[in-house]
Amino acid sequence: VTDQAGQSAAPAVKKAANKPASKPGFFDNNRDGTPFYARHLRITTVRVLAQAFFFGLFVFLLWTTWLSRLGGYPASLFLELDPLVGFATALSTHTVYRWLWRGLLILIPTLLLGRLFCNWICPYGTLHQFVGWLFNIRKNKARIDANRYRSGYQIKYIILAIFLVMAAFGALQIGLLDPICLLVRTFTVALSPAIDLIAGDISLPKLAFSPGASEPRIFGGAWLVGLIIIGLVGMNLVIPRFFCRVLCPLGAFLGFLSRFALWRIDRDLTKCTDCDLCLRRCEGAADPQAALRKSECFVCFNCIDDCPEDALSFKLTPLPVKDLIKGRIRKKDPAKAKPKAKINSDEKQATLFGKPVVSGIPETVIVAPDVPRRRWFFAGIAGVLAYPFLRMSKAVNKRGYHEKAIRPPGSVAEPEFLERCIKCDQCINVCPTNVLQPATLEQSGLEGLWTPVMDFSVGFCQLNCVLCAEVCPTGAIQKTSIAKKLGAGEYQEQGPIRVGTAFFNRGRCLPWSMETPCVVCEEVCPVSPKAIGTYEEEIIRWDGQKIVLNKPYMRPELCIGCGICEHECPVMDDAAVYVTAIGETRSEDRTLLLSSGKKGES
Amino acid sequence: MSDKPEIPEKSDDARPANAADAVADAAALAGHRSMRRRSFLSSVGAAAGLGAAAAWASLAPPSWPLSLRDPDGERGKPQKKLYTLPENGFAVPASATASVLGVARGERFDAMLRAAVDAIGGISRFVERGDVVLIKPNVAFERAAPLGATSNPEIVSALIHLVREAGASEVRVADNPIESPEACFVRSGVRKAAIQAGAEVFLPTAASFETLHVPGATWIENWPFFWRPFAGVDKVIGIAPVKDHNLCRASMTTKNWYGLLGGRRNQFHQDIHGIISDLALMLRPTFVILDGSRVLFRSGPTGGSLADVRSGSTIVASTDSLATDAFGWHDLLQRQGEELPNYFAQAAARGLGQPDWRQVSMKEVQVG
Repeated sequence: VTDQAGQSAAPAVKKAANKPASKPGFFDNNRDGTPFYARHLRITTVRVLAQAFFFGLFVFLLWTTWLSRLGGYPASLFLELDPLVGFATALSTHTVYRWLWRGLLILIPTLLLGRLFCNWICPYGTLHQFVGWLFNIRKNKARIDANRYRSGYQIKYIILAIFLVMAAFGALQIGLLDPICLLVRTFTVALSPAIDLIAGDISLPKLAFSPGASEPRIFGGAWLVGLIIIGLVGMNLVIPRFFCRVLCPLGAFLGFLSRFALWRIDRDLTKCTDCDLCLRRCEGAADPQAALRKSECFVCFNCIDDCPEDALSFKLTPLPVKDLIKGRIRKKDPAKAKPKAKINSDEKQATLFGKPVVSGIPETVIVAPDVPRRRWFFAGIAGVLAYPFLRMSKAVNKRGYHEKAIRPPGSVAEPEFLERCIKCDQCINVCPTNVLQPATLEQSGLEGLWTPVMDFSVGFCQLNCVLCAEVCPTGAIQKTSIAKKLGAGEYQEQGPIRVGTAFFNRGRCLPWSMETPCVVCEEVCPVSPKAIGTYEEEIIRWDGQKIVLNKPYMRPELCIGCGICEHECPVMDDAAVYVTAIGETRSEDRTLLLSSGKKGES
Repeated sequence: MSDKPEIPEKSDDARPANAADAVADAAALAGHRSMRRRSFLSSVGAAAGLGAAAAWASLAPPSWPLSLRDPDGERGKPQKKLYTLPENGFAVPASATASVLGVARGERFDAMLRAAVDAIGGISRFVERGDVVLIKPNVAFERAAPLGATSNPEIVSALIHLVREAGASEVRVADNPIESPEACFVRSGVRKAAIQAGAEVFLPTAASFETLHVPGATWIENWPFFWRPFAGVDKVIGIAPVKDHNLCRASMTTKNWYGLLGGRRNQFHQDIHGIISDLALMLRPTFVILDGSRVLFRSGPTGGSLADVRSGSTIVASTDSLATDAFGWHDLLQRQGEELPNYFAQAAARGLGQPDWRQVSMKEVQVG
């Protein structure tokens, strides 16, 4: 259908490259005199290169998010560039934390050019497009039909509205579906451990995301996170760009903003023959063949590439021309369109600026998202209700919080934490001991699902490490110096950050209940003076032998809750010394010991 | 078949119009039958073959080729390959002239290390040209060097240079820390020192361990061992800080070998002295360095406060770990009045060294 004779005269300037008449060499200039690279370096090629670059950068930054690869890279750059993260946390906290102003960098091109983030920068979008391209089996008409707009694509706006209303109340849930959060979480919890297993198997440790980890990293709930990405990526086979078109709240956010964009794809009614070929590779299902849905358009430029009539172009502030058409245009059945044959032959041809109108569809643009006002209203109510539903969970309240919901050092108190944490799990990615784990529903409720908690059966909090605080893009874990964590230097007065307190279960402790020497806990206790001391006791053992036992006890005012005692306890399955969240310094409500209250003053 | 057989034109099956057609049809029918026979035979053959193969694999006695039979479940268990270290360890022949203990005092670690090693015969006595040398520092904890919980990176660096000067073709540095390996190596400064001095750092991963067979050991006769850095190694040198220890009271060159083991090390405290004695049996080094530049005299083995550390200004080189550690106990930890920890006696009873350091030849040098 492409190279028809119809495009010969005027479009020849741009379309000469497509003419197969005589094959020019790679470096030969085009016949019209334009340089050779104009033939190869189409805007869509540039777009693919940009996508490859940003996807590569995204993976590279995750790959460098590891102790031995720290080199001043902006490890959480993509999360910070994500304007929805900045906007939603601004709603929930009334502040813009640290690097989140970087989201503005994405707003600028969005307000100028439209939703191009989705198809030029977003690594998740690239993944979906790539998978859709690789496994595409649709041809011709089926392919065109798969890219028509469907009313279901408005769901993402409803999702966005619900999330933003909840955020305004202080329950930040955008991370569940925000593509950057979702992809970082998926890499952290499911993909990079899988890649590490393979890297280990093929003896290429340099490829690994966590080189030098003594044990392969494990993550609770990896199965769910893994299944979700398989499901979402697999949906591309059913509906191309399913996630981007239907679910993505960031896409909805940018789509909403792109109504203000100065440039957009414009359709020339005097050239368009309504052949629908522009839909063949339309990523956003933005209806470029009819009235362009500006909020859906990913600015991928495929339509311009695919248009055989050169009717589509990317223009600065094009205006709707429907009312400027003179005469009546006839609605055509696009399937039967025989453009060349019909023009000139019929009685009276409609014209636009003196040129005959070829297209049967006079509308060229729909600016706003296709969401009726009543549905916005519904979304608002849903958001207002969802907030209390989430907050009634015991897990996120003063009373009844889970004793094992132990937050990393530097975390703000729980209500503020939930206002900030976007569940991106970057902290979990950087944690060198694997102690940080995505929280379960039981530990943190739906509101805190996949937020970071420490599991000391897997790892422990490394004393001189504040990497989680360093990479946190939203300040759920606040930037914390090592001196502040340890309560050293200028922080002496405040004392160290405690994340919990360790307790002995004497019924399972070897010296206390089994006449067996041990005190590994005392050995590994990293604070000085040690928080674990021992009573030396000489006993006559069951076999009559006299032995000396060191029986451990806790000095709670020294314990920082790092959990290395629990991690190293030989009674591994249900450790005889274990940390719970009580006593954490981030919360006035969760203190354990009577204190003078002086700590808070400084 | 037609449902209207009374109309001849439509019931056209098997009604040849003439003789030639009849012959052709007969031939086709014969061909069809033979095809049927052939496909029948090949189906039967395939089924029989698959059946026989399955029967062979599952029923043939285990010793027969291609048999998968496992009558009691033993065959299906993972087979542990046992590794062993050389019978006499990595020691070089005794020397009549060299001292057993070489002690250097001062503040210039580079020169002190050289002097201490010279006192026990010089590096050329121990390392030959082309040797692959493993240096085992103590990097058990994630502590900055001044806190005294890990081997001093300056001295590790000096040791690597010394070994390379002697012509070693490859120098490796390896330890299996208690805390996160990467973090320990970075924080202690050992990683940087080792790499800058031209050594290769081995961090433990799950794949680095093999089961080591230690004949005669009480507890660790077969135990996961950090094998990867040992593959092809000729000489092994330990370099350990002087540390207080909460349970065994002192951690020096003998306890340092703890960092070569993997598995459930947290059980070792149940008989820590027996374990350390086993460690002395497990690994007989080329020589050891006791890094007395700092002494972690309390709150060991982790420390964490500068108040727990004092300067020791001493480096000891020796071919006898027990004598070295006993010297450290007296001279550096300054616990002259106290009885030596029990592991000294246990290891000495196995003939693994001389805990009475005054009995061995010793040369003390003041440097600078």
